[in-house]
Amino acid sequence: MKTASRIYTGLVMLFLFAPIAILLVFSFNDSKSLSVFSEFSLHWYRELFRDSETLGAVRNTLILAVSAALISTVMGTAAAVGIHKLKNRYLRAAMDSVTNIPMINPDIITGISLMLMFVFVGRLFGAATSLNFATMLIAHITFCLPYVILQVLPKLQQMDKSLPEAAMDLGCTPMRAFLKVEVPEIMPGIVTGLIMAFTLSLDDFVISYFTAGNGFQTLPIRIYNMTKKTVTPKMYALATIIFFVILILLLLSNLSDADTVQAVRTAREKKKAKKHD
Amino acid sequence: MKKIFAFALALCMLFALAGCGSSKTLTLNVYNWGEYISDGSEGSLDTIKAFESWYAETYGEKVKVNYTTYASNEDMYAKLSSGAVSYDVIIPSDYMIARLAGENMLLPLDFSNIPNYEYIGEEFRGLYYDPDNVYSVPYTYGVVGVIYNAAVVDEADAEGWDLMWNDKYAGEILQFNNSRDAFATAMYKIGIDVNTTDRAEWDRALAELKTQAPLVKSYVMDEIYNMMESGEAAVGAYYAGDYFTMLDAQAEGVDLRFYYPERTNYFFDAMCIPSCCQQKELAEIFINFMLSEEPAIANAEYIYYASPNSLVYENEAYQEELGEEAMAVLYPGVGDFRAMYNELAYQNLDADTLGYINTLWESLKIS
Repeated sequence: MKTASRIYTGLVMLFLFAPIAILLVFSFNDSKSLSVFSEFSLHWYRELFRDSETLGAVRNTLILAVSAALISTVMGTAAAVGIHKLKNRYLRAAMDSVTNIPMINPDIITGISLMLMFVFVGRLFGAATSLNFATMLIAHITFCLPYVILQVLPKLQQMDKSLPEAAMDLGCTPMRAFLKVEVPEIMPGIVTGLIMAFTLSLDDFVISYFTAGNGFQTLPIRIYNMTKKTVTPKMYALATIIFFVILILLLLSNLSDADTVQAVRTAREKKKAKKHD
Repeated sequence: MKKIFAFALALCMLFALAGCGSSKTLTLNVYNWGEYISDGSEGSLDTIKAFESWYAETYGEKVKVNYTTYASNEDMYAKLSSGAVSYDVIIPSDYMIARLAGENMLLPLDFSNIPNYEYIGEEFRGLYYDPDNVYSVPYTYGVVGVIYNAAVVDEADAEGWDLMWNDKYAGEILQFNNSRDAFATAMYKIGIDVNTTDRAEWDRALAELKTQAPLVKSYVMDEIYNMMESGEAAVGAYYAGDYFTMLDAQAEGVDLRFYYPERTNYFFDAMCIPSCCQQKELAEIFINFMLSEEPAIANAEYIYYASPNSLVYENEAYQEELGEEAMAVLYPGVGDFRAMYNELAYQNLDADTLGYINTLWESLKIS
């Protein structure tokens, strides 16, 4: 039984990671082929760093992902605090569902509806071109928000309500109590939300595709558009680099999560110990 | 809520203003196929950069080329007709140029700004998609041919479209995974006009494809590269220029060869200026620059399709670089090119016929 379960796990891992492994290996291939590995070389990595259009697309993608992640984290945290403070149970359930809609909605529908809205508003103001960096940023914030809220809300619920109350009792203004007491408590949620928003924005294709204007092209769109000719192995090299960056981010986020679990546990144990005293 | 909205609006305005504020440098929006311009890789010329510095030197003004790409004519058309963007130069294919011109989405070019047009070969002018040479400047063209692995395929069988229907090679044949191209192979084979609107003719082509279906290994687009290179499949039709990409990467024991059937598909991609253009003169200067010797050769060598520019195909260094075999394949030198092209190239079909083809195509893929 044990060997069976091991084989099963092995198979699952194989199917999950074999494609990435192949891509990784062939990014070091000297020739263009995906079927013949001729010789180990860093050729495609060199080519990648010489390709200014692709690097420009990477830069665009990063600018967009960082700004979308930062803005949606601030907005999402504020929203989560607001939702948490709602007293009316039904209203709260309603708010929960509303924030989930952009997450459940198929990307293609979010993308098309956002594009239509931008074009409509653009026409209203008489702009010649209505899609640009700002519209793309708004679109990305829209789909990142619910993920941030979803990360921050549980942390707020875990937090002891009496903590900020105690702070205010001791003379803190509500603002100061929020910044000095609540924010540090929910920080792990905020960080995870930030990282999630960043990675989501980084690899979004569908929504970006519909809301991209002229002159601002992100990496996923650029790669997709290479299909008239074949995708060059430069992209394998780039994908390998991105894979490792994301991997590191994920590890960091998991570590910070593990830390909080540990912290909560020790805090509880301390409390119990105090009660027993 | 109002305040947040006002703030967001102010932010948008700021971005919009920031866009206009720096108008000291001109912006040119170019929209092209992916991987369809020499971009400086492998020591080639970075054509976009070259244009920017050439313009700054010649006119003393800075220009920034916003270069973005699309994956298909239809994607480009959708973006353009959404009215949300503005491009100054686009490079669509022939049938799409005819469609855009018909819908008044192209501007007539001012050829006094494009003197290099004189280098475009006589036989590449007045083609069906732009019979009066008003809207377009040809960029590249190509021809579909049959690629086969000589290690598997008998040399004697390598002729015409029949090779793709030869049951000796059952399970080794690749067919286009795109209705228009797949139907065309059958129509060229049995001698039907590929632009017919007669449904009975399309039914005949479908019957031909159905007889081929049991022999077909799979229906592919750019997966054909890997399958041919590795020897996984032995017969397939694709563009002449792409054959050389496969040849470069073929595995050991694979011996790829190429030939043209007598009747086959020709395509053109040409530079045009869409009606949403904001910098028409600059766009024309850009087009002119792309026709001048150095960038034109760099592009032709990078894209590896045939160039209609005599500065390229008559250039000795270029001919040497490609070698005799590649020159012969890329430039098959068919007698009356214009007549040939106008007869065999795809033209834009009406929505009704296109819908019918798609229904037939689905019935083929399902069966």
